[in-house]
Amino acid sequence: MTGRIAELLRALGARIVNNWIWRLGFACRFLWFTLKESGASFRRFHLTIREIYFTGVLSLIIILVSGLFVGMVLGLQGYDTLVRYGSSEALGVLVSLSLVRELGPVVAGLLFASRAGSAITAEIGLMKATEQLSAMEMMAVDPIARVVAPRFWAGVISMPLLAALFSAMGVFGGYLVGVRLIGVDEGSFWSQMQAAVDFREDVLNGVIKSLVFGVAVTWIAVYEGYDAPPTAEGVSGATTRTVVTSSLAILALDFVLTALMFRGH
Amino acid sequence: MMTRKELDLWVGIFAVIGIGAMLFLSLKVANLASFSAADSYQIIAKFDNIGGLKVRAPVKSAGVVVGRVGDIRFDNESFEAVVALNIDGRYQFPKDSSAKILTSGLLGEQYIGLSPGGDSVSLKSGDTLKLTQSAVVLENLIGQFLYNKAAEGDGKK
Repeated sequence: MTGRIAELLRALGARIVNNWIWRLGFACRFLWFTLKESGASFRRFHLTIREIYFTGVLSLIIILVSGLFVGMVLGLQGYDTLVRYGSSEALGVLVSLSLVRELGPVVAGLLFASRAGSAITAEIGLMKATEQLSAMEMMAVDPIARVVAPRFWAGVISMPLLAALFSAMGVFGGYLVGVRLIGVDEGSFWSQMQAAVDFREDVLNGVIKSLVFGVAVTWIAVYEGYDAPPTAEGVSGATTRTVVTSSLAILALDFVLTALMFRGH
Repeated sequence: MMTRKELDLWVGIFAVIGIGAMLFLSLKVANLASFSAADSYQIIAKFDNIGGLKVRAPVKSAGVVVGRVGDIRFDNESFEAVVALNIDGRYQFPKDSSAKILTSGLLGEQYIGLSPGGDSVSLKSGDTLKLTQSAVVLENLIGQFLYNKAAEGDGKK
């Protein structure tokens, strides 16, 4: 009986060590190598620009459209609740604070993970499966410097810009619904918003959040792609893992960052 | 496949509208431009009780925002709250001006109301306001009201 329990515990321990701790350690070493080899992605910046095009510019449509709709929904729902307390002018505060602090970075991060992160993983995984990475090594080209680092930096650069665009679009959507459609007073919509939103406390913290999410998502994406088993099954599994892991990472990191940033004074 | 020039153009557009969105958030949404701490001077006001006053609460005179609360400390010698007010350098107030803590609306946030006095000398940076009026604490007010009612009741007997 005790032997059986020990067996189970041993299996559990082996699973945790092999699947999580080993992979986490490898991912950290991988990040270190990526950072160490990222000189080339700035010296030959057109490599990074190409990747910014694929991760950032091509994500614009989904970010802008969903930002607009999220803002419009916030406008409608917020008005519905605020009007009960006779403070519908605070609609601008509600829309802008929830976008700048939370929804902008988080929703843009989730969209970024599923739109760009999965593409990065699939691309690197397929390059590995078709032995393009090995071919580069044969030609004495470091695949981390040539393939991984530019994608990593492109994600880190794109993410804050996308989150800011999402928030700005959302505020505009809230303005459209609140002021243009429902008829909240335009002056107090903006002035109450400007009185309540603080540059350092809200806007800058939102940018920091989106930067952290950008690092997390692209790190997970390039790591999963590089680590994918070189088969069709392996690449598809890695792509799925990228989306799931980075979504969970975004939500968990968001809680930690919010707890650190907005504890009240 | 796109040429490198086209890629550069698109990425450039992306960077410009992204930075534009950040500027929009900081200037239009957070209103960074309207009040900068650069040209402001600091005066000190001591209160017995500041109620729910917070750092960055507005300082208003005649209803116009003329500054912000910069710092709130507790003086362990006089047992008073020491509030530092950052007043916009464009506005000058007489030396015998008074400050009181007011509430916007019934349940709104608290702010400092600055009433100008009649002195011909203006306040300088680092000056302390002589006349202050503390925040109204609802519990004290209700307590006083009940006490007065009880005293009235006693008088009638």
